[in-house]
Amino acid sequence: MQEVKRRYVVPGDKIVEGNFRPLMNVIKVDNSIIATRIGIAESGREGVKVIPLSGVYIPRVNDIVIGKITDHSSLSWEVDVNSCFSAHLPAQDVFGRDFSPARDDMGRQLATGDLIAARIIAFDRTRDPMLTIQDKDLGKIPRGELLKISPTRVPRLIGKRGSMIQTIEQATQTRILIGQNGIVVVMGRNLDGTKLAIRAIRMVEEEAHTANLTQRVKVLLNVPDTSQIDNTSVAQTQNSQKGEDIQSTIEEVEEEIEEGEKT
Amino acid sequence: MNQAQNQIRKLIDENGKRTDGRTADELREVKITVGVVKNADGSAFIEFGKNKIVAAVYGPREVHPKHMALPDRCVLRCRYHMSPFSTDTRKNPAPSRREVEISKVMRESLEPALILEDYPRAAIDVFVEVLQADGGSRCAGITAASIALADAGINMRDIVSACAAGKIDDTIVLDINDTEDKEGVADMPVAYMPHLEQVTLLQLDGILTPEQFNECLDKAIVGCNIVYGIQRQALMQKYFGNETELREEQ
Repeated sequence: MQEVKRRYVVPGDKIVEGNFRPLMNVIKVDNSIIATRIGIAESGREGVKVIPLSGVYIPRVNDIVIGKITDHSSLSWEVDVNSCFSAHLPAQDVFGRDFSPARDDMGRQLATGDLIAARIIAFDRTRDPMLTIQDKDLGKIPRGELLKISPTRVPRLIGKRGSMIQTIEQATQTRILIGQNGIVVVMGRNLDGTKLAIRAIRMVEEEAHTANLTQRVKVLLNVPDTSQIDNTSVAQTQNSQKGEDIQSTIEEVEEEIEEGEKT
Repeated sequence: MNQAQNQIRKLIDENGKRTDGRTADELREVKITVGVVKNADGSAFIEFGKNKIVAAVYGPREVHPKHMALPDRCVLRCRYHMSPFSTDTRKNPAPSRREVEISKVMRESLEPALILEDYPRAAIDVFVEVLQADGGSRCAGITAASIALADAGINMRDIVSACAAGKIDDTIVLDINDTEDKEGVADMPVAYMPHLEQVTLLQLDGILTPEQFNECLDKAIVGCNIVYGIQRQALMQKYFGNETELREEQ
């Protein structure tokens, strides 16, 4: 019946008036929906939301993140997930139910400084995020080049159904892991490929809002422009797909971690 | 001698022009650039007449020292600071009584616009550095800080816009500059949330009758609305370029 309407908003802007459901980055004041972030507002039948264009990473349950072990106590590891909350990975998650601090040496499994791909299993306003590495394709990341991008650029880097990241991976012969917290690990066969991939990722991050980005990335990577990959011409359309893309991030990360050696 | 000269000097001439050539209802030229500090999560640079101010926002981030953290909401910390070279005689860089006060009122004027409950146990740090001061720097600082907060992607109910009004000679005027602040009768900085139509800061230095007070407040709010237009434009420019409307691609 009703089309999804999109427009640019800054905090405080009234998006719609009437009985709509507030979904993401909006508040309801009296009878109108107000944006709380800079971004693209989408109002449709299911509700009203704003896709943010800036901001730090705030954990959400079921996000796949890449984190660095910063410390461990006798029962859990502490993991830096590029957020204002440090995450915990319980030792039982790695050793199983019969973990005993006296018997098992935690440092043998994961040492301080190790990178892991993990899923957030619990997080709310009263507790720090809790991680698991028990799912398929999660666990220690053995090698690779680490870089940080803005978490709001993650869907753009992945592209529609993974188009952008696939382009970069194929052209540079690398594997790229992307966490929703904006941490990216590039694993390449050779230095040149890795360097090129990093340049492409940086370019996507800096020019995420511009049109014809996929094409320019292809020029950078020397890829002949074929129509098989959906080169979405305008950034807004890409941004507007973020909802979908967040889902694809998870799939993407799971796919990409195949090489990640499970510990 | 000098004092006597000042009292003779008129702040508004016979043509109704002020010392810098503005009319009573005119704002100084305001220019805002968003995202000037790359290390910060959000930042803005404002030129409010001769004022030059940088605002940088960090966070939400971990609170240090940890005992400052609040279990139910985020702590907002503000630091207003004037550079030693911001005034004509060197300003001691140590925080003065005035700077401590402005840091506090700035925090209190920004807090109502932020949804701090969204980030429990975290902290947001706002740094406002005055590079060049020319009266009304707290208003310009609040204006820049609120844009920097929006740039940092912090959930906000509204943008905060600030502007002063005051009385010089016998006239109520908008946007007091340094000379008018020192030699005028009254100075009233106001911070305002334009959509919610709420005042978040109101200070008054000087004496006004109740009628003058109302006129002054109304005038300051008009000024805030003009400032809001500029803030909005600056944010739009950074994020969406020159496009103001989203092109629908179907």
